[in-house]
Amino acid sequence: MGIESAFGEGYVTTTVDALANWARKNSVWPMPMGLSCCGIELMAFAGPRYDVSRFGSEVFRFSPRQADLLLVAGTCTYKMSKVVRKIWDQMPDPKWCIAMGACASTGGMFRSYPVAQGIDEFLPVDVYVPGCPPRPDAVLNALMQIQEKINQHSVLMDK
Amino acid sequence: MPSFDETLSRLQTELAGRILKTDLHRGETTLFLDKKDLVSVCQTLKSGYGFNFLADVLGTDRFTDDDRYEVVYHLRNFSESGFLRLVVRVDEADLTVDSVCGVWKTANWEEREVFDMYGIRFNNHPDLRRMYMPQDFAYHPLRKEFPLIGIEGSIPLPAKE
Repeated sequence: MGIESAFGEGYVTTTVDALANWARKNSVWPMPMGLSCCGIELMAFAGPRYDVSRFGSEVFRFSPRQADLLLVAGTCTYKMSKVVRKIWDQMPDPKWCIAMGACASTGGMFRSYPVAQGIDEFLPVDVYVPGCPPRPDAVLNALMQIQEKINQHSVLMDK
Repeated sequence: MPSFDETLSRLQTELAGRILKTDLHRGETTLFLDKKDLVSVCQTLKSGYGFNFLADVLGTDRFTDDDRYEVVYHLRNFSESGFLRLVVRVDEADLTVDSVCGVWKTANWEEREVFDMYGIRFNNHPDLRRMYMPQDFAYHPLRKEFPLIGIEGSIPLPAKE
């Protein structure tokens, strides 16, 4: 079939994009940014019952330089926003961001002077997860959407 | 060992000249003091009446024309399981209270919090910086006139790119 028949057995052909995206989407290493109670649900997401390692994301990196995904879980205050942004800036491209929970997405119930009304005021968020806190399965679903998004990526065409 | 009720009545008679008003509510005694007497009364309470722990310092904004703010001190006497509340009133014209850091060291951060939230300055405080809000923040958020959502642009966010 096609060019593979010319090489003989043991060869498959694919595109660079498909290969790179396959590798990338199954090894999304998260940087856990547990800012409040959502961080507990984030641990359940990583733990054996919900088991994020089924999706290749079990390697939580506490160094932003080794992470692909910033998982902001919880209430982000104005004071903390500078730290979150700095961690985001330290992560190498390509990178993605999940706003986990009502607070990270919109400020949630903290409509008050110290809390940033959503991390999207200073970060490019890819997926928002509603809930207070969201169930671990909702976070898994967000991760799957990130994987979908990675699949749309072109290694050669996009930055 | 004297019971705490005896200690309370003893201190009320002995300090009578420096107590403006006494309030008893649900078994808790509150003493209203003039702010110039605060530190000397605290020293006496610690050394003579066993109040070895300052549990809390807080502020209140009563939003009145005179004596607008209050600084409230919660004291505990561990050996007699006692509780006492001190209140000093502060007028907007002179937003200062003497610090009790020299009596109880724990007052340091508590007074910084009151300063941060209400703008009441504590004389002789060793390190009167804001406790929670950014150092360059221009407002005192628990004052009644401060809007709950804050003032837009008063705390800059990082640029989104």
